[in-house]
Amino acid sequence: MKMELIQPFINAADAVLSETLQCNTKIADVNMDEQVYRRKGTAVLITIQGDIEGRVILDLDNSTAVAIAGALTGSPVAEGASAVQETLFELANLVIGNAVTTLNDQGFRFKIAPPVLHTDEKGVTGSEDTEALVMCFDTPSGPVYMNIAMRYNRRRKTEREAAVAS
Amino acid sequence: MGQFPALLRSKDRQPINYLVVDDSVFARKNVTKMVESFGGKVVAEAGDGVTSIVEYDRTSPDIVLMDITMPQMEGIEAAERIIRQHPDARIVMVSSVGYQENIVAALQKGAKHFVQKPVRPEVLYEVIKYVMGTDLVAAEGAAAGGA
Repeated sequence: MKMELIQPFINAADAVLSETLQCNTKIADVNMDEQVYRRKGTAVLITIQGDIEGRVILDLDNSTAVAIAGALTGSPVAEGASAVQETLFELANLVIGNAVTTLNDQGFRFKIAPPVLHTDEKGVTGSEDTEALVMCFDTPSGPVYMNIAMRYNRRRKTEREAAVAS
Repeated sequence: MGQFPALLRSKDRQPINYLVVDDSVFARKNVTKMVESFGGKVVAEAGDGVTSIVEYDRTSPDIVLMDITMPQMEGIEAAERIIRQHPDARIVMVSSVGYQENIVAALQKGAKHFVQKPVRPEVLYEVIKYVMGTDLVAAEGAAAGGA
């Protein structure tokens, strides 16, 4: 588990949720997961490729997504697939963008694929290399789950070391 | 959202006109609500860089609030193209991706400022005041949209 790669995502999620929901968030639960990830509600997946690689899944149940959508827009949002998805995509973009800012300023270069809806009941298996950290943020709008698996790209690391040596 | 004194154009004391550019409908709604709470008026929206250029030509807004990561054409390139055609354009980049390279690139292309998402209303309000400079006056009392 590469905490130095994961910590920026935790900090970003904490900051974004606190700022957008105007509340204090609390990390209620953290565990490691090498098993297949089972989503809790509507989930969005973002993959990262470059000096570091991996993926982040943000996962909300529908009532939490509706509550967060309402908090973000400042007015009640009717429950519906598009509102929930828009909320999730926006939340994912904010969290990833803020984490990327930190990692990029630390010198890592990578590309981020746009968020995609993770619709399978199960999928995205962890491995020894990409063991996932699963955490739950407690917010007044409900629980927000984040599943992160991140590692250094070995090939890129070797290339970088070779470049420095030559 | 807090109460903000309405920001008006000094030349005619009319609301500031905004072009809001973001591929997320959600983000556009959020920013629109914010600028309306400052007494501003969103005259056009765009979901990508190409459309933003067309909408700028059509509406000549006082300020453009431009996302960076968008389909078709990214915000920095769109900003550069708008400024090439309209050197006085006031473009503020608004993005969750706020690393130095991005900010420097945007400013080098002529953007006037950068605001990191999630956007805090008080930050955006100050940035608008700064970017508009003497072309702006703050009316007494809160803007009508400042709930």
